Amino acid sequence: MMLADARTLCPQIRTVPADPAGDIALLEKLAVWVQRWGPWSALDPPDGLLVDITAAAHLFGGEPRLLSDVDAAFVKRGLAVRAAIAPTAGAAWALSHFSAHLAPRSAPVRSILGSDEDAVGRLADLPVAALRLDNDVLTVLRRLGLKRLGDLADIATGAVDRSEAAARDALHRRFRNRKSPSANPLIRLDQILGRVPEPLLPVVPKQMPLVQRRLAEPLRHRSLLDRVVDDLAQDMARELEGRGEGARRLELGMWRVDGEVIVRRLELAAAIREAAHITRLLADKLEDIDAGFGIETVRLRTSWAESLNAVQSDVEHAAERHGTSLAACIDRLTVRLGPHAVRRPVSHASHLPERAQRWRMPLDPNPPLEAVAGFRARPLKILDKSERIAVLYASPDGYPQRFRWRGNVHDVARVEGPERIAPEWWREKSNVRLRDYYRIEDDEGRRYWIYRHGISGDGRGGRPDWFLQGLSV
Amino acid sequence: MPISVLPSGAKALDTFPVPSRPKGGSTGLRLSASTLSGDDITALSSAREGRWRPGLADQPLHSEIFAETRDASGAGMAMALARDALAMATQGTGQRAGQNKDPLAEQEDRRQVLWVQDRRAIQRSGRPYVHGLPPELRDRLIHVEAASPEDALFALEEGLRCRDLACVIGEIVGNPRALDFTASRRLSLTAEKHGVALWLVRLEAEADLSSARMRWRVEAAPSAASLWNAPAPGVPAWKAELFRARSHAPGKWIMSNDNGHLSAQNSNQRVRQAANTQDTGDLVRPTVGRSLAIIGRA
Repeated sequence: MMLADARTLCPQIRTVPADPAGDIALLEKLAVWVQRWGPWSALDPPDGLLVDITAAAHLFGGEPRLLSDVDAAFVKRGLAVRAAIAPTAGAAWALSHFSAHLAPRSAPVRSILGSDEDAVGRLADLPVAALRLDNDVLTVLRRLGLKRLGDLADIATGAVDRSEAAARDALHRRFRNRKSPSANPLIRLDQILGRVPEPLLPVVPKQMPLVQRRLAEPLRHRSLLDRVVDDLAQDMARELEGRGEGARRLELGMWRVDGEVIVRRLELAAAIREAAHITRLLADKLEDIDAGFGIETVRLRTSWAESLNAVQSDVEHAAERHGTSLAACIDRLTVRLGPHAVRRPVSHASHLPERAQRWRMPLDPNPPLEAVAGFRARPLKILDKSERIAVLYASPDGYPQRFRWRGNVHDVARVEGPERIAPEWWREKSNVRLRDYYRIEDDEGRRYWIYRHGISGDGRGGRPDWFLQGLSV
Repeated sequence: MPISVLPSGAKALDTFPVPSRPKGGSTGLRLSASTLSGDDITALSSAREGRWRPGLADQPLHSEIFAETRDASGAGMAMALARDALAMATQGTGQRAGQNKDPLAEQEDRRQVLWVQDRRAIQRSGRPYVHGLPPELRDRLIHVEAASPEDALFALEEGLRCRDLACVIGEIVGNPRALDFTASRRLSLTAEKHGVALWLVRLEAEADLSSARMRWRVEAAPSAASLWNAPAPGVPAWKAELFRARSHAPGKWIMSNDNGHLSAQNSNQRVRQAANTQDTGDLVRPTVGRSLAIIGRA
């Protein structure tokens, strides 16, 4: 259903844009969090989690109490959850998704399948969709008249009479070539009943390096704080060295006595683990800290690390000692001037002059360009926004003979053009006008790059304006 | 490193660089007047007082270029001088290592170029455009946008201190208070300590006190005739005046940069040629703002 249709039916509907990446990120965080109930867990995208609670349920007072604990914990975080416990992952999935179809019993007991219970008997009433099958397979099964798990299980397990034996053979033949479990109901059925192993991929949380100092006396002075930060940077450098990594982003958290937390974040241009460099950059970030009644805990965390192998320092030690490296230089500039002040221009596949250049982080690798556009002569510098020029005299469809820009009158002495650049119709509106570019030189030798925005009579506006976009060398 | 053989006479011009560059200049600095003969001293001093010309192996490391914001001649001139110096530097190291001049053998310079602009310079004269840059600098330019002249000076100094940069180009508008003699002296000392060259473009600025080793004043000049398209602008040219230099005599040139090759023409010569030949067209104004009588006297 389209959103417009839904709004017509229910005008007060509240809509939120879908965010699949955010959903997966939340699911990953939850997957780590749910390991409180079992030693390992696995993702079941888009909206499921599997936890192995083998021999762990008694720690929570039994399986029913574990389930109620799960419910309570999720409700406390504002999340709706349906949980189930079963001997196999497939059975637990089926119970959690379709337990409403079962015969009414008390809620927690309904979604627990004990290991000594008759699995086929308990699950017989579930629809075949509980087998985690693809849609086309579900369609096939529905057309065959197999609606419940029980129907399929009867056929798949044993023959009672001759007609059921024939049906079993037919079903085996029908799915003989389906090797993928989600396309073969017989494999799925075996997985639910535990006859076939079903490997799962456990989620392993990655611990980011973290060092901290709990201070006996709260810090109120900058010099002491600098000392602590220096110690932390050295600890962090050792920690990173042990892991063979370098930091790209560092977070410095300072806990004040009154409970406030001050966080300073630092991004680095390249992976680095030099304590002196980190200290120097952090010192610039600590200028405006209000210590209040004192800071009692300082914690430094690397939230983004990249692998950085230990390298032998330069044999020619003088070259190392002299000057700074490029990454260190860029870090210092970025910390003082802001993250977007230091950038590199890269070309972009577009014919529009202002879109043909993009700005990237200085040490990022250059993106591969599919086709290097064979541009004609371009100006050395372009203005951020094209400036309108007042044309004092122009031939009707040609270049201006004389124009005024920033209060000065320029007489055009030499000209090359026009170079016509059409708007990008696949991206822009249909009434965007084309541009005719001219490379001109005035009588004193100043070289400019100007364009006429549109042509008269193109039906996209009135008389075309002239703009100056670039300054040539 | 003791010096065993002293080159003498005219050869000293090439081997003894002006002692402003730390790497090449180390031998020159150790020479005292007592180790040089009188001929060498005169040769050296004449070399230092000689006219500037493009392609000198020993460019000073801190130059200032005064230009207007109305055109890109300042940035273009800085770029041309930087390319000239970089080309000479790579050629020089190749010769020093005893390699032949095979273009395939020489190592390509992949170091980055830092271009610092303060915000007013960006507003008034625009930012660098990647398709207009010289092809060898196109993918190795790092641009710094500084909010104030103080930040721009900080960025320039940090850039000069970095050993991985080929050179630094700066653009600062006007005469901000931060850019006084002390600041320019700091820049000179840092550049000479670390051997990274700086071309500082001063837009719309008065030539006040500065410790720059060379100071240029640049204006746009009518370009040379285009090869294929007569009415089109050709190879860009500038009127450049070297009005203060530590090791060269001041002078005026018409400079042009043809595909990375910097050429300078003495403006007097050019004017004389133009004055002699009647057919000047509309490309060169015969007198460049001066009367023919003055040129005749010069």
